[in-house]
Amino acid sequence: MTSSASTAGLVSPLDAEAIKADFPLLSRTVRDGKPLVYLDSGATSQKPRSVLDAERDFYEHHNAAVHRGAHQLGEEATDAYEAARETIAAFIGARAQDIVFTKNATESLNLIAYALGNASYASTPQEQALALSPGDRIVVTEMEHHANLVPWQELCRRTGAELAWLSVTDDGRLDISDLDAVINERTKVVAFTHQSNVLGTITPVATLVERARAVGALIVLDACQSVPHMPVDVGELGVDLVAFSGHKMLGPTGIGVLWGRASVLAALPPFITGGSMIETVYMDHSTYAAPPQRFEAGTPVAAQAVGLAAACHYLSEVGMSAVAEHEHYLTSLALSALQEIPGVRIIGPAMANDRGGAVSFLVDGVHAHDVGQVLDDRGVEVRVGHHCAWPLMRRFGIAATTRASFHLYNTAEDVHALIDGVQAARKFFGVA
Amino acid sequence: MQLESMYQDIILDHYRNPVGKGELVPFDAEVHHVNPTCGDEITLRVRLSQGVIEEVGHIGQGCSISQASASVMVELVTGRNVTAALEIESAFLDLMQSRGRSVPDEEVLEDAVAFAGVSKYPARVKCALLPWMALKDAVLRVRTEEPTTHDKEK
Repeated sequence: MTSSASTAGLVSPLDAEAIKADFPLLSRTVRDGKPLVYLDSGATSQKPRSVLDAERDFYEHHNAAVHRGAHQLGEEATDAYEAARETIAAFIGARAQDIVFTKNATESLNLIAYALGNASYASTPQEQALALSPGDRIVVTEMEHHANLVPWQELCRRTGAELAWLSVTDDGRLDISDLDAVINERTKVVAFTHQSNVLGTITPVATLVERARAVGALIVLDACQSVPHMPVDVGELGVDLVAFSGHKMLGPTGIGVLWGRASVLAALPPFITGGSMIETVYMDHSTYAAPPQRFEAGTPVAAQAVGLAAACHYLSEVGMSAVAEHEHYLTSLALSALQEIPGVRIIGPAMANDRGGAVSFLVDGVHAHDVGQVLDDRGVEVRVGHHCAWPLMRRFGIAATTRASFHLYNTAEDVHALIDGVQAARKFFGVA
Repeated sequence: MQLESMYQDIILDHYRNPVGKGELVPFDAEVHHVNPTCGDEITLRVRLSQGVIEEVGHIGQGCSISQASASVMVELVTGRNVTAALEIESAFLDLMQSRGRSVPDEEVLEDAVAFAGVSKYPARVKCALLPWMALKDAVLRVRTEEPTTHDKEK
């Protein structure tokens, strides 16, 4: 099957032009009047007016410190914050009490790693069961973002546990041929991405969950690139903990989410301590609140939660299945058109099945930085570099890729602008 | 149109035919520098003789800006004493941090004035500086190790 055959007859269920109009920033120009073609949603997404309005409305009418004091504003702010938790939980098929707000997905993942580290100094048998010791194993994959790799390296260093990983095939899929050997009987944690931020690959969650369950490991899923782009139901996934960021899913920066299975959250000791997360405090010791408050020390991120809830409303109104289908359409277009350009090589699955809308590629004879510069000169904004997945770059023997990534507001014209830009880069650097 | 202001012909020429590309043997110091934001890297070797930079060699992978900058740098510093080379480095650093607002001194920087356009793009400034930071590190290492480094004499 040729790549063009795979796009024949594909249509999008969305009117992306109409959606684009909801995003004020997308109508601006860049680099001396060129219309903006934003293809870097894998790094951060743009925000619809409704999200901006929700944050502004909160600050203009309801702002106060959440979960403190008894005045009217305090009540309103607390109600808005907790209503946001309900909305965001419902968006991923979860219960509100199982959702923890963090700064971002990186903090969510660090929360897990540090809480597990703190379990080594446990005061309850429940916590003790989570502690890692030398000889225990933590399993990740070779396609992890640094945020789901470095915290585990550090946890290994602190506890003496060993790090092992599943590798990546030449076509950018997860290599599960040695799954049973890598996830062995001593494995206590299996942490992996739902969708690679570089390759676009969607990992076989059910297969990994089955093996991890068989050895009794805790299962952590980095859902940064899946929750914003496809329907995700945490109950159906069968994992224990899920981390994602607000800003990649049309929400504000400064808020991330950690979902945890109730029994797991209940057993985890705290990570960041201080106000809001306590039950009682004495001069010499403290006891801690139940989840999710146990993990939300300090003044809560109320406006950000309200903004993220508005983003969930927006995405739900469009429908996550339609978003996924639209991005599949754009990804198919991009993959087939890029592969028709001589000297362009896709890093990641070349076919659009079981992959999302992050499309990484190399252009023979033109460094990714230079491809990105030519694109930027034409108003096309992509990401270049190692995408915080340096070991994955090393796996492919490369230093950097150019990555285009899509969201619901991108159009087929955006893909065409990308293709024209890549051809212009080849011409400019004399390889066309 | 803006592209040409960054990719001056001098830069593209040096990129296509880089000076000093390759492993230098013998050498007094070797350094390995990376640009952590993009993963570009350079391994640079220098050989000095009585405070003068005799030869510089560099290998690694990088974009046109970092490769051309390394090449221009090798041309500029070869045959100069370390103090003079570091003065050029300092002038180049000033130029790159100017956000396109400084008028470079062609007497000092010669071909390196071509990088003035790059200074308007903050994300690319590090690319241009990568080889210069490596060179500075390398010559200072030789200086501090001076009493014990005589490999080249053999």
